[in-house]
Amino acid sequence: MNTAQEEATTLTEPKKTVSISGSVALLEGLIAEGTDTIFGYPGGAIMPIYDALYDYKDKLKHILVRHEQGGTHAGQGYARTSGKVGVVFGTSGPGATNLVTGLADAQIDSTPMVCITGQVFAHLLGTDAFQETDVINITTPVTKWNYQITDATEIPSVLAKAFYIARSGRPGPVLIDITKNAQLQMFDYEGYTPCDHVRSYRPKPLIRQEYIQQAAEMINSAKKPFILFGQGVLLGNAEQEFKTFVEKSGIPAAWTIMGAGAIPTDHPLNVGMLGMHGNYGPNVQTNACDVMIAIGMRFDDRVTGRLDKYAKQAKVIHLDIDPAEIDKNVKADVPVWGDCKETLPLLTALIEEKEHTDWLAEFRAFDKTEQEVVIQSELHPASGEMTMGEVINQLNELTKGDAVIVTDVGQHQMVACRYAKFNQTRSNITSGGLGTMGFGLPAAIGAKFGAPDRTVVAVIGDGGFQMTLQELGTIMQSGIDVKIMILNNRFLGMVRQWQQLFHEKRYSFVDITSPDFVKLADSYSIAGRKISEREDLTSALTDMLNHKGSYLLEVMVLQEHNVFPMVPQGSSVSEIRLK
Amino acid sequence: MSKAQDTEINGRQEFTITVYTENQIGILNRIAIIFSRRKINIESLNTSPSEIEHIHRFNIVIHETEEVVRKLCRQIEKQVEVLKVYYNTNEDIIWQEMALYKVPTDTIAERAPVERLLREFGARAVVIRKDYTVFETTGHREETDKLIEVLQPYGLIEFVRSARVAIIKDSEGFNAKLREFERREPGQDVIENEYLDKEKNVFSM
Repeated sequence: MNTAQEEATTLTEPKKTVSISGSVALLEGLIAEGTDTIFGYPGGAIMPIYDALYDYKDKLKHILVRHEQGGTHAGQGYARTSGKVGVVFGTSGPGATNLVTGLADAQIDSTPMVCITGQVFAHLLGTDAFQETDVINITTPVTKWNYQITDATEIPSVLAKAFYIARSGRPGPVLIDITKNAQLQMFDYEGYTPCDHVRSYRPKPLIRQEYIQQAAEMINSAKKPFILFGQGVLLGNAEQEFKTFVEKSGIPAAWTIMGAGAIPTDHPLNVGMLGMHGNYGPNVQTNACDVMIAIGMRFDDRVTGRLDKYAKQAKVIHLDIDPAEIDKNVKADVPVWGDCKETLPLLTALIEEKEHTDWLAEFRAFDKTEQEVVIQSELHPASGEMTMGEVINQLNELTKGDAVIVTDVGQHQMVACRYAKFNQTRSNITSGGLGTMGFGLPAAIGAKFGAPDRTVVAVIGDGGFQMTLQELGTIMQSGIDVKIMILNNRFLGMVRQWQQLFHEKRYSFVDITSPDFVKLADSYSIAGRKISEREDLTSALTDMLNHKGSYLLEVMVLQEHNVFPMVPQGSSVSEIRLK
Repeated sequence: MSKAQDTEINGRQEFTITVYTENQIGILNRIAIIFSRRKINIESLNTSPSEIEHIHRFNIVIHETEEVVRKLCRQIEKQVEVLKVYYNTNEDIIWQEMALYKVPTDTIAERAPVERLLREFGARAVVIRKDYTVFETTGHREETDKLIEVLQPYGLIEFVRSARVAIIKDSEGFNAKLREFERREPGQDVIENEYLDKEKNVFSM
């Protein structure tokens, strides 16, 4: 590492020009940006970059994924646990189109990524050349910014701009498409200068003290204030500022699934999860609070339910770094534009220290009801097949809430988000906005690379697992330690649940058969076990967690089990159903 | 439904959106898809270099409610290469469209009313050839439309019209407007937020 850094410094020292290729300039730039891991897949149009990478094996770790989509999700997982920018390589044509799902996922969940695609020679652009696709126009709606490079001299400055845009303000994915001639082209390299300013781009809106003041006054006079927090707290690295704000204000705080873990699950003021399958109290109390303080969240329809019956009684204070989010779905009475790492301390300074004991007790009363009607039977069923909830609960007992939990999409995701215990931030990695089945396995790989010292458990359904299971090959080859837990209900469970509740149990194409997952894992030299009896659960989970290296545990769970509570589509949050 | 009825019932009206952007390949697409994604039709679109070097000015006309327009503008402004976006109703702006009309010269020469009509519409001849004459006029949509109607009986061969270009009445130019906008909307203290790049003579944010 030392020699690598020394060499990099030699090259990045300004004014000493050296003649290098565009490909080498790209790798030098990545190193200068602090990149250590790349998830990628080679191909014709990106071969010069891969050729250069051959000499950088000691400085840049390249993880060969089995599909470019897996590369993007791994990049996302890496970015989410590490807080750094995920870097993904792919070739032109199909390599580039395979990135689209991951880019869309990263765009809607504000994940910082820089994707590099190879492109055909510049003189072939627009000729329908082999593996040519218009990746810039295909990815425009799903990137924060994208750019095509046809001349190597642009590489250092464009890469610097890409990293700056990806990680500043509201983060997001950036794609750079580099034609093959630019990768090969030799040019006089003057070193790498990181970017900290783009004149047409303002990452953070200015903070208006008058709004901070108005917000503080509103909070101080509130009888039933309620905090809703989202991923913005994590993205702003503002967990400490947030905790201080919550504790001084004494206000009950509920989270969106992207905000889970910003304060620990068992924090006395953490009242639980918002939204369609969130907790009873937070949903009902949304329509009872008098002041709503939304922090780094965007009022997704899965959180708000029916908008015209959403918190109409409440004054809304909305803290967000993205001005386009203010008033987008819910009208803010006080818009607190800015980075919550800066706005929260300003607000904390102006609010009175309080305890909302009676108001908090109301939440706890709802908790009691939910515990009796839903949670008790979900986490501690007396008989019958295992439930997803009891598996997650048992996992909590063993990990003590210290593990990174990566989920796929569907019933298991909602159950994991509801019941998993998080002691620390950047622990819940899930596909929130896009709801991408197949996200879990590759994201878990990336999550482990981003947090190598932490236990990473991927909780995945039998459906979603089969969408990206080829990434078992990536696990095998990289030798990474990821615990895979498949909760198998032999159904595409979430769709089945809706068909049961809203389509008269017409189970249209939701029964899904699966291969022998344990044998499959075995063929990738990954240890595994399948259990269907409750008495085996604790030992199986213990074996999985204690196993050196990756492990696949398949748990057979109750087939026709529904996730409750539930806010049915088109209903108000206060019309949440407990069964 | 007529546009007047639409305004009456749904509160939709004509808005002219003015966008200042970097001169960058692909920015047109980034802006266009913000409308098409929401299935909103662009009625008119003009883009051209602004009075400030390297900065382009878009004029986009749509028929929508103010609430939708405001949200659209924030989404446009969010694009990395967009500097500033404004929206205005027709009362706030002076606007023109330019139209060209090609008519057979013999008809023009032989039939005096045509010449009179052209004068009435403030048209001028751009090209006069033996076989055809090209007239040009500027005005609002109804005015240029009316001249088509009038010329049709005299053998109008071809017609083309530009997009709307609009000047914002209370604008003191982009630089001044930018400062004013900053004060009213995003920040009370804008000094640190914007400064004139003396070298490039443009505002930076």
